[in-house]
Amino acid sequence: MEAATVFGAARPRYGERLIRALLFLAALLSILTTVGIVASLLRETVAFFGDVSLVDFLTGKEWAPLFADPKFGVWPLVNGTLLVTGIALAVAVPLGLGSAIFLSEYARPRTRRVLKPILEMLAGIPTVVFGYFALTFFTPEILRGALGVDVQIFNALSAGIVMGFMVLPTIASVAEDAMSAVPQSLREGAYGLGANRMQVSTRVVFPAALSGIVAAVILGISRAIGETMIVLIAAGQIANTGVNPAEAYETMTAFIAATGKGDVPTGSIGYKTIFAVGFALFLMTLVMNALSIRFVRRFRQVYE
Amino acid sequence: MSARRAREVGFHGVLLGCLSLSVLLLGLLLYDVVSDGASRLSVDLLNRFPSFDPQRAGLESAFWGTVWLMGTCAAFIVPVGVATAVYLEEYADRERWWNRLIEVNVQNLAAVPSIVYGILGLAFLVRGPLSLGRVVLAGALTLGLLVLPVVIIAAREAIRAVPSSIREGSLALGATQWQTIWRQVLPAAVPGIATGVILALSRAIGETAPLILVGAATFVAFNPSGLDSGFTALPLQIFNWISQPQPEFKVLAAAGIIVLLMLLLTMNAAAIWLRNRYERKW
Repeated sequence: MEAATVFGAARPRYGERLIRALLFLAALLSILTTVGIVASLLRETVAFFGDVSLVDFLTGKEWAPLFADPKFGVWPLVNGTLLVTGIALAVAVPLGLGSAIFLSEYARPRTRRVLKPILEMLAGIPTVVFGYFALTFFTPEILRGALGVDVQIFNALSAGIVMGFMVLPTIASVAEDAMSAVPQSLREGAYGLGANRMQVSTRVVFPAALSGIVAAVILGISRAIGETMIVLIAAGQIANTGVNPAEAYETMTAFIAATGKGDVPTGSIGYKTIFAVGFALFLMTLVMNALSIRFVRRFRQVYE
Repeated sequence: MSARRAREVGFHGVLLGCLSLSVLLLGLLLYDVVSDGASRLSVDLLNRFPSFDPQRAGLESAFWGTVWLMGTCAAFIVPVGVATAVYLEEYADRERWWNRLIEVNVQNLAAVPSIVYGILGLAFLVRGPLSLGRVVLAGALTLGLLVLPVVIIAAREAIRAVPSSIREGSLALGATQWQTIWRQVLPAAVPGIATGVILALSRAIGETAPLILVGAATFVAFNPSGLDSGFTALPLQIFNWISQPQPEFKVLAAAGIIVLLMLLLTMNAAAIWLRNRYERKW
C-alpha cells in the first residue's frame, strides 16, 4: 500500500499482509503436493532398490514380484503399457486430428455447437465405464462378433481401441485450439493463390499449427500411459512380453492398482514394488508433460 | 467433377467420418450400459447394501460414500483452489521465480496420472505421516489434490475476466487490495468459479483408480458416519461388481453406471446453466 504511506496514513496493514501470506500458503500446497508425490515415491523406491538390483529391474524379462521365487524384471509391464498405448494412439491420433481439422476448418458454427459437446461428453465419461464397455461389449460384440477377430476375453486390442476413444477428445481439443490460433491471413493468402479447403487445411494450417498438434499428441500419450481402469478391467493382468494384441497383458498402472487393492503390509516387498513401478510411471509422464508444455509455448510465441 | 474437386469432397467425408466414429462409439456405450442395467434400476438399488447375493445387493453405502466424498472434497478444494487462484492472479509477481514455479507446477500436476495420486494418498494419508487409515477424509483429500488444478485454472480464468476498471474504481475509493478482491472481484467471478468447481467434482466423482489404493476393501455394508469412517464409493462398487465372475453382478454394475452417469449429467447441466445464467460480458 505505497499510496497510503505517501499520504501519511502510515498504519501498517497487518490484516492485509496476513491474508497475502495465507493465500501464498494455499498456493504453496500445490508445490507441497509435488514434493509429497516425489518424496513418497522416492523413499520406497530407494528401499526397493535396497532389496532388488537396478540392473535386474531394468533388464530382467520376468515380472513375478509376489511369487515364492520372485522376479523383478519390469519389462513385461512396460511392454504391456507401450502396446496398449500404441493401439490407443493408432486410434486416437488419426481420428482426433481429423476431428480437429473438421471442427476448426470445415464445420459451420452451428455444427460445432452440436458436435463439440458430444466430444466433451466422451471426455467426461468415467474410465471405469469405458472399462465395462470394453469388457462386456467391445470384446464380445464388436471384435469377436462383428469383426470376427479371434481374441481372448481379456486382451490388449479391445482395451487399446476403447482407450483410444477416451484419449481422442483431449487430442482433438488441444489440436483444434492450435489450428484456430493460426491467423486468418495465412488461410486467405492460400485461398487467394487458388488453393481449395483441403489444401489450405493440410498444407497451410496443419504445418503452421504443428507444434500445438505435437503437444496434443504428447498429451494424449501421457494420458494413455497413465490410464488405469480400462486396462485393469479389460486387458487382463498377465505379465506378457509378447506383441500379439489378442492376448492379455498387464500394464504398469494395472499392476499398481491390483497390488494396492489388497492390504499389502507397509514395508513388504509387495508394498515397495507399487512405488518403484509408480516412480517409473511418474517419470515417463513427467517427460511427456514437459515436452508438451514446451511445444505449446512454442506455438504461442509465434502467433500471440 | 474434376479430380481435385473429388479429393476435396472425399477429404471432407473422411473428416466427418472421424467425428462420426466418436459419436457412434458414445452411442454404443450408452446403449450397452442402458440395455444391460435398466432391468436392475430401481429405488431399491439405493436402499440396499452390497451383498454376496446379487438379487439383494444394492448401492446404498456406495451412494452415501460418494456423497460424503464429494462434500468433503468440495469443502477442501473451494477455499484452497480459490485462494491459490487469487494469489496467482492478484498478488504474484510473475518476475519472481517461485511464482513461475507454482504456475508450471499446477500445469504439471494437472497431467499426473490419477493412480499416482492414489500412491500419494496411500503413502501420506492412509499410512505414513498422517496414518488416517482407509477413511472418508483420506479419500476426499486424495481426490481433492487430484482435481485442485482444475479448480485453480478455472478460478484464475474467472478472476482474469473481471475487468481491471472494477479494481481501479474500488481502489480509488479507498478500499484496500483485499477489500477490493473480497467485495468486487470475487463476487463478479463467482459464476466462473462455481462452474469450475462443479466440473472438478464431476471429474472426481468418476475417479476410480486412486480410490482403489485409498478406499475401503471390497465389502462395505454400512454408510459413512463421519470423516473417520470407512467407505466405498459408486465407481469403486461398480469396479468390484465388474470384477465378480457371475454375470448377475455385471448387470448390477451396469445399473450402477447408469446412476453414476445420471449424477454426472445433472452436475454438468448445473454447470452449463450457471454459465449461461450468470455469465457477464464486460
